[in-house]
Amino acid sequence: MRAERDVGAPAIAPVEAAKLDARDTRGDRLAAGRVALGAVVVLYLAVVLLGPMGALVAEVSRIGIGEVLSAVLAPPALEALGMSIALVAISVVVNAFVGTIGAIALVRHRFVGRGLLGALADLPLAVSPVMIGLAFLLLVGREGVLAPVLEALDWKIVYAFPGLVIGTLFVTLPYTMRELAYVLEEIGTSEEEAAATLGASAWQTFWHVTFPNVRVALGYGLLMTAARALGEFGAVLVLGGSISGQTQTATTFIHDAVEERALAGGYGMALVLGAISVVLLALLEHLKHRRARALGRTK
Amino acid sequence: MSIRVEHLKKRFGDFSTGSAGSAADFVAVDDVSFEVESGSLVALLGPSGSGKSTILRILAGLEAPDEGRVLFDGVDATHVHARARAIGFVFQHYALFRHLTVEENVAFGLDVRNVPKATSRRRANELLDLVGLGGLGGRYPSQLSGGQRQRVALARALAPEPKLLLLDEPFGAVDAKVREELREWLRRLHDEVGVTSIFVTHDQDEAFSVSDRVLVIHRGRLEQLGTPSEILDEPRTEFVAGFVGEVNVFPAEVANGEARVGALHAKVGAPDGHARLVVRSYDVKLWREDAGIATVERVVTLGDRVRVHALVDGAGSLVAQFPRRSSLLKNVEPGCRVQVEVTSARAYPRA
Amino acid sequence: MTARSNAEGSEHVRTADALLPGPGQRALRGLALAYVLVLVAIPLATLVVLAFADGPPVFVERVTDEVARDALVLTLGTGVLVGALNVLFGTATAWVLTRYRFPGRGALSALVDLPLAVPTLVAGVMIAVLYGPSSLVGTTFAAWDVEIVFAKPGIVLALLFVTLPFVVRAVEPVLAEIDVAEEEAAIVLGAGPWRVFRTVFFPALLPAALSAGIRSTGRAIGEFGSIVVVAGNIPFETLTAPVYVFGEIESGAPRAAAAVSTVLLVFALALYVGATWIERKVGARHAS
Ligand SMILES: Nc1ncnc2c1ncn2[C@@H]1O[C@H](COP(=O)(O)OP(=O)(O)O)[C@@H](O)[C@H]1O
Ligand SMILES: [Mg+2]
Repeated sequence: MRAERDVGAPAIAPVEAAKLDARDTRGDRLAAGRVALGAVVVLYLAVVLLGPMGALVAEVSRIGIGEVLSAVLAPPALEALGMSIALVAISVVVNAFVGTIGAIALVRHRFVGRGLLGALADLPLAVSPVMIGLAFLLLVGREGVLAPVLEALDWKIVYAFPGLVIGTLFVTLPYTMRELAYVLEEIGTSEEEAAATLGASAWQTFWHVTFPNVRVALGYGLLMTAARALGEFGAVLVLGGSISGQTQTATTFIHDAVEERALAGGYGMALVLGAISVVLLALLEHLKHRRARALGRTK
Repeated sequence: MSIRVEHLKKRFGDFSTGSAGSAADFVAVDDVSFEVESGSLVALLGPSGSGKSTILRILAGLEAPDEGRVLFDGVDATHVHARARAIGFVFQHYALFRHLTVEENVAFGLDVRNVPKATSRRRANELLDLVGLGGLGGRYPSQLSGGQRQRVALARALAPEPKLLLLDEPFGAVDAKVREELREWLRRLHDEVGVTSIFVTHDQDEAFSVSDRVLVIHRGRLEQLGTPSEILDEPRTEFVAGFVGEVNVFPAEVANGEARVGALHAKVGAPDGHARLVVRSYDVKLWREDAGIATVERVVTLGDRVRVHALVDGAGSLVAQFPRRSSLLKNVEPGCRVQVEVTSARAYPRA
Repeated sequence: MTARSNAEGSEHVRTADALLPGPGQRALRGLALAYVLVLVAIPLATLVVLAFADGPPVFVERVTDEVARDALVLTLGTGVLVGALNVLFGTATAWVLTRYRFPGRGALSALVDLPLAVPTLVAGVMIAVLYGPSSLVGTTFAAWDVEIVFAKPGIVLALLFVTLPFVVRAVEPVLAEIDVAEEEAAIVLGAGPWRVFRTVFFPALLPAALSAGIRSTGRAIGEFGSIVVVAGNIPFETLTAPVYVFGEIESGAPRAAAAVSTVLLVFALALYVGATWIERKVGARHAS
């Protein structure tokens, strides 16, 4: 039934090498180029990222798990880690609240100061953490502009826990708000409008329509917030002073330990933070896929 | 340029489960052989997913066949790189270079061959005139309509004077009215330029109205190759018969050149035995007759045509089509009995 | 009649009302704005004002101090270098991650995001451990008289680690969006690999790679945590501006620190505006 009858066995003209190279090498050269590019990229990632990560793991096992464990489980280390976790908890809660309100205001509202809100919410990404520390020092430090007021009220911010909190809140400000704003923009207003036409109240619309749509993005932003809070160093060093047992965080602990060549504790804590960030990354990747799927669905 | 394709086969492996060659592979093109005469315009017709694009892409060198050969003017070109084949290819969604102007797009194939700029620009503008887009050379693709973009794509493919022009569903992405115009225009252009052309379509009207010959593809296999009227009048397989028109299919018994199913019978040219009887909806006559063999279920008017759905005693439902003013339709209404006559039918043996 | 046209004309407001309800709307919005003002605007304004508080001549003196000026030059130089390297290697990495199929691709792709989650100080520690003077790599290079850690290469490596995801993540979606048929069209028309890249890929990738490269430079000039560990902070050699600022704070010269910070801030804002401008421009073209 097929058209095989059309193909008998007529003479096939001899191959004209000049016109059509029967085995042309262009493809082979292209393949060689592909392999070379792949090798360059793998080498690059090894030099910049994978090598250093592996080196830390290797170094910790060279020092000895036992020694590292006892250094990391010693009270100063645990206190520092606890301090960092407290900062993570505070910044996650505050950003969940402020980030959501800010994102809705940025995307859904039109008001004077909206542009300013957007720009200021982005700014911490462009500013060095040391600079942030310095800025607060100049404002609420011992010789800061507001020092007399704080003294009168007997508030201590710099070199105390509130200083750590302020520094961490500053650096984590953009993550949740930007993520939510992006997703709110993407999903548009049609569902909210539909809910409004069906007689839903403002809160009902938020809880039953908007929130479920941005839940994944909120999770993503808060995970980024947590990672950033856990890893902040410059701002908490300047504002906290890294006083052991009072304002020392996990990162400043590592810094001090490495300075004093107490490598078991320093590298051990670095590995702990590295491991936590790998876990956070795994969660982030998971949410990224879910977000991609969710956005695909609403479009 | 004449084209000859011998026993082409192409499998697609599943990347996630492992290498190509496993049992889970999907055979997109299965032992396809055909020839295309120099200077003709040929359509590859088949439903979506039947392997048309894959065949076209193998011809262009964008896909390598697992088995078989491709010969251009009798020369084996199976392993020639796409870049060296000097073929014109028109993609379904235009694939214009969005960062180049219309003129630069059309001149591209000449520029990469280091044709002097003045010559390539002149040729580009000639082609733009040819496709009716003279004066739009300075625009960017995003500033054109769908139909205009498709014509730019065609001009771009023609600029290097290819000996073979391949078009993958060239009019699939433009709206119905423009599509009609472009079809006629493609036919005229082909007659003017005379380049051997193969175009892919899933639309039978398009295939029949434009091409010299049609290849019907189904599940990676070539079902039939012939002129439009050969395919319409002598569909060689049940699939072809069903694909090129609205048909009724019945399991029937053939004896002495007559197929029977229930009260229905038709003359066919098939050997005795079990067969599948295929009857086109417009090869059926029916008229009101109380002693008839079928009961009318529905009468549907579709523009200038009327479609009658009837239940044939012992055979099942049947669809017949008539011109709206046909005298046969007199008094035909749901519930009435009708007589049925099959004016032409084909039977295909079944196991 | 009026009620109806009102409802139609104020669709935006209705949606907005639906989201942050009634009288609470202004209050909550005000809260967000106040939070951002107190946390960001007021402190940074204080910083800039105090940088100039002793008069412009003193400001100039502070930022042109030999050590400060050198730190700023080093910071900008390494920042631009890192931005350029990111454009190059980041684009290559994105290319391989989107266009190659190989086992472990998903894991490698996820790893590229790791610098977003790893504390930069830890990144510095990792680099110091691998390339430090007493490490295997460090001693090997020392034999050739090349220092990595406590030298400029260490700074560049640390900055590359920290900014790795910028260009990769910006370029990936652009690459994925490019129509394969466009590439095939170029090949069929006879274009070689470079020509295909120039025609189809380069114009599409350039804005994304460039703006992300600029952002990575902006990020690099503020980097502190990883630099403090790997640079050694030797004036005129490896002392970067943020580390200089930290040193001035520590030694009780916050206004000198503020002056240099202000310069850094201006550069960071300029880079931010530049990157945003490129993205807007591309976005506008896509919309048309
Ligand atoms: N690159 C590919 N990888 C895997 N499967 C493919 C690929 N290209 C085509 N196929 C499969 O091969 C079959 C034929 O595809 P195609 O030639 O595009 O069909 P058509 O053009 O007739 O619609 C389809 O089922 C399609 O899913
Ligand atoms: Mg197709």
